[in-house]
Amino acid sequence: MALLLAILIAFILYPVLSVLSVSLSDDQSNLTLLHFANFFRRPLFREALWNTLWSGLLVVVFSAVLALPLAYVLARYEFRGKLLLQTAATLPLVIPPFVGAVALQLILGRSGVVNLLLLDWFDLSIPFMEGLTGVVLVQTLHFFPFILLNTVVSLANIDSSLEEAAQNLGCHGLRLFRRVTLPLMLPGFIAGSLLTFIRAIDDLGTPLMLNYKNLLAPQAYLRITTIGMDDVDGYVVCVALVVLSLAALLAARKYLSLAEYATLQRAAPVTRRLQGKTMVIVWLVIVLVLGISLLPHIGIAVLSFAKVWSFTLLPSTYTLGNYHEILFRVPHFVINTLIYTLLAAALDIVLGATIAFLLLRTRVPGRNVLDAIATMPLAIPGVVLAVGYLRVFHGWDFPGVGGPLTSSWLILVIAYTMRRLPYTVRACYAALQQVHVSLEESAQNLGANRFRTFIKITLPMIGGGLIAGGLIAFITSCVELASTIMLVPRIELGPISYGIYLYMQSPLGRGAGAALGVVAILLVSAGTYLTHRVFGGRAGSAFRI
Amino acid sequence: MQAAEVRLEKVGKRYGDQWVVRNVDLHVQHGEFFTLLGPSGCGKTTLLRIIAGFAQPDEGLVCIDGQTVNQMPPWRRNVGLVFQSYALWPHLTVFDNVAFGLRERKVPRDEISRRVRAALEQVDLKGTEGRRPSQLSGGQQQRVALARTLVIQPRVLLLDEPLSNLDAKLRVEMRLELQILQRDLGLTTIYVTHDQEEALALSTRIAVINQGQIVQHGEPRAIYEQPCNDFVASFIGQANLLPATVDEVLDHSLRVTMENGVTIKIAMPPMPSMPSAAAPFQPGEAVRLSVRPEAIQLSDGGDQASDGKRIAGKIVASAYQGAFVEYEIAVAGKTFKARVGNPKGKTLYRRGDEVSLNFAAEDLVVVPKTLE
Repeated sequence: MALLLAILIAFILYPVLSVLSVSLSDDQSNLTLLHFANFFRRPLFREALWNTLWSGLLVVVFSAVLALPLAYVLARYEFRGKLLLQTAATLPLVIPPFVGAVALQLILGRSGVVNLLLLDWFDLSIPFMEGLTGVVLVQTLHFFPFILLNTVVSLANIDSSLEEAAQNLGCHGLRLFRRVTLPLMLPGFIAGSLLTFIRAIDDLGTPLMLNYKNLLAPQAYLRITTIGMDDVDGYVVCVALVVLSLAALLAARKYLSLAEYATLQRAAPVTRRLQGKTMVIVWLVIVLVLGISLLPHIGIAVLSFAKVWSFTLLPSTYTLGNYHEILFRVPHFVINTLIYTLLAAALDIVLGATIAFLLLRTRVPGRNVLDAIATMPLAIPGVVLAVGYLRVFHGWDFPGVGGPLTSSWLILVIAYTMRRLPYTVRACYAALQQVHVSLEESAQNLGANRFRTFIKITLPMIGGGLIAGGLIAFITSCVELASTIMLVPRIELGPISYGIYLYMQSPLGRGAGAALGVVAILLVSAGTYLTHRVFGGRAGSAFRI
Repeated sequence: MQAAEVRLEKVGKRYGDQWVVRNVDLHVQHGEFFTLLGPSGCGKTTLLRIIAGFAQPDEGLVCIDGQTVNQMPPWRRNVGLVFQSYALWPHLTVFDNVAFGLRERKVPRDEISRRVRAALEQVDLKGTEGRRPSQLSGGQQQRVALARTLVIQPRVLLLDEPLSNLDAKLRVEMRLELQILQRDLGLTTIYVTHDQEEALALSTRIAVINQGQIVQHGEPRAIYEQPCNDFVASFIGQANLLPATVDEVLDHSLRVTMENGVTIKIAMPPMPSMPSAAAPFQPGEAVRLSVRPEAIQLSDGGDQASDGKRIAGKIVASAYQGAFVEYEIAVAGKTFKARVGNPKGKTLYRRGDEVSLNFAAEDLVVVPKTLE
């Protein structure tokens, strides 16, 4: 318990507090709000703050527009190809947004396929990918499944008799949706939206890839990496990010606790069969939405086989050289990723299971503090955690590492572990909660001691949950860029996300970067597939908070 | 609104190739309290949902007040359904829950307010208007659900096991209130339950349903005293079923031989509640004699030879319940149930005691054998 608390404080709480303290103290380390006053006085930062809020909001709104119709169809109708749709709807999640950004550049960018065609046919071009538009577009296509999955779950949890009672009293159609269904699904939908907002403002890779810097996350990154660790403004930007995420997280929690009430245990909602004209309309919508959201996948796959691809519709020459490059010439990106993420996932399972056990099965004082700290990373953007680590662990030798922690690859494993800890804690908590204490007590009553009870009863029942928790940590760590690019000590210690970022900097490296992107997609897909297997039909719950 | 009559004609419903309701004919009269009674999974709730419009029959007609409503959507039928789970909307207050149907009917504001208050008063819930359903007890939620349905003055009231989520004492209280309310309002009511006591106590008529079909319908007393087969005999109350063979079919009686070789003559009253399809008994047919536990008298000593009137047995278990004592008695490898009322001052038998069983021929009912 003490050790656990020490770990969490050292790697979560203290780094964040040190960021906060830098932003709040002057040269003589007195408390001051001067830096924040300066922040709001500078047009650049005011604009970054405004842009962050505005783009986050737009991403949520557009995602909702994409997700809501699909969610309703998925939750309420039976039709051929539903399984296909369910699977396809989670595909945007397997492509890291910054990889998607590159792919979309190729298709929708200034010299991308679409604009080349438009130029050819109508002599005009549409700046899909310029500035904030590009960021919003990429993030929308990546994040809308979050809202989709959350909404499907809350729709599916509405007891069918609640809607039937309304019909029985004379209410139907759109009125029924507005008066009963919508209010009941709203908490889940709003929570999903707020989580999307948090993810969107946390995303550093997309703006960097699109070379759009006037958002909070890239501002923090640029301040710290170009001006230096002592630049106070960087810290202030970090605190602004945390405040935004924290507000969104608290709001999400409030709404989710409201959501509990709608889930009665009885009758599952009635699903209707889709037929005739509606069927055709629904399929048109599906094809349109999924077609657009799968564009990045196609783009990146094509690019990974391209030798040269610029100012032409499709690559002019194809090659396998990109894969040769990343698998045989510089295989360490892939290898590093596997080592770091699997290690982080394993650590997360151990920490998550222990915390869940302490919370549910003991009355140790301070376990709520533990829970609170373990949940914090949800509201700590990757940039901020990385800045905190650099601040705290730079310049002194960490025992057992033989140098500062920031010069070792371990810092990446730690960052990944802490970033994903909330997910694993939740997965383990949910799994352990399913095991009623009486199940363990009856084993003990029949003569099994604590250890054998755990091995024979508890572990088999929570095993799936633990593995799922680890898989979520694995999937998301594979494509973690924000903290990675700030914390990688040397190039040869970088994981895939770092490799992609490096390759994408030069036009010649884009093919190899895309090949790495394909590898990342495959890793995430494998992880997602396994999660689905473990969670069974309730895969959506893996992405809920 | 005027209470309506409900008629089902040859109604059938299947899921896949499994019939959950089959060939059901029903006629529920104006103002009647009609109960669909059967074990869980027998199709009774499906029948109710067919009447409310939430399930489409694959065969047959559903008529309310002479109008065929097969094609009418649930929201236009004006039949009030009280759900087993109550289905109160958690995002609305008690007032808004009850007012829901009135708002759908575009009733003026002040009239809504007046009628909702009256409905809540009717179910004894004055003063809870502003609360959320989750702040009410189970019994109160039940009343809100009832008020929400009654306030729209439905043509027919449909109740789906409304008392099953209440504790035993509350259930009996609510049962009485429900009965008074229904009589006062004169509402045609169709009530679904698996609790035979509830059905007997509340109903003007009962339809016993098994495996999707109506096995017998009639007044509670006829169902209990003249069960049409061994399923009804053992499902409504308890019954001792004795195997026997028909010797002779007479005008208004039967001569049957029991397994122990004793032959008796049993009167056969006309049974209007029997399905017309039920065939008359044939000589040589294997039947069951049903005798209720409370019709059995016990006396000391089982060792004297059985003489046709008496059967020797041995007490296997006894349960003293205050108002009566229940015995299980082993007779020639079978178990009999007997219930001796008002035990005050009588001998209480214990496990192992030898007794003899005695019952009058009038208390025997011959029923066709349908169960194994």
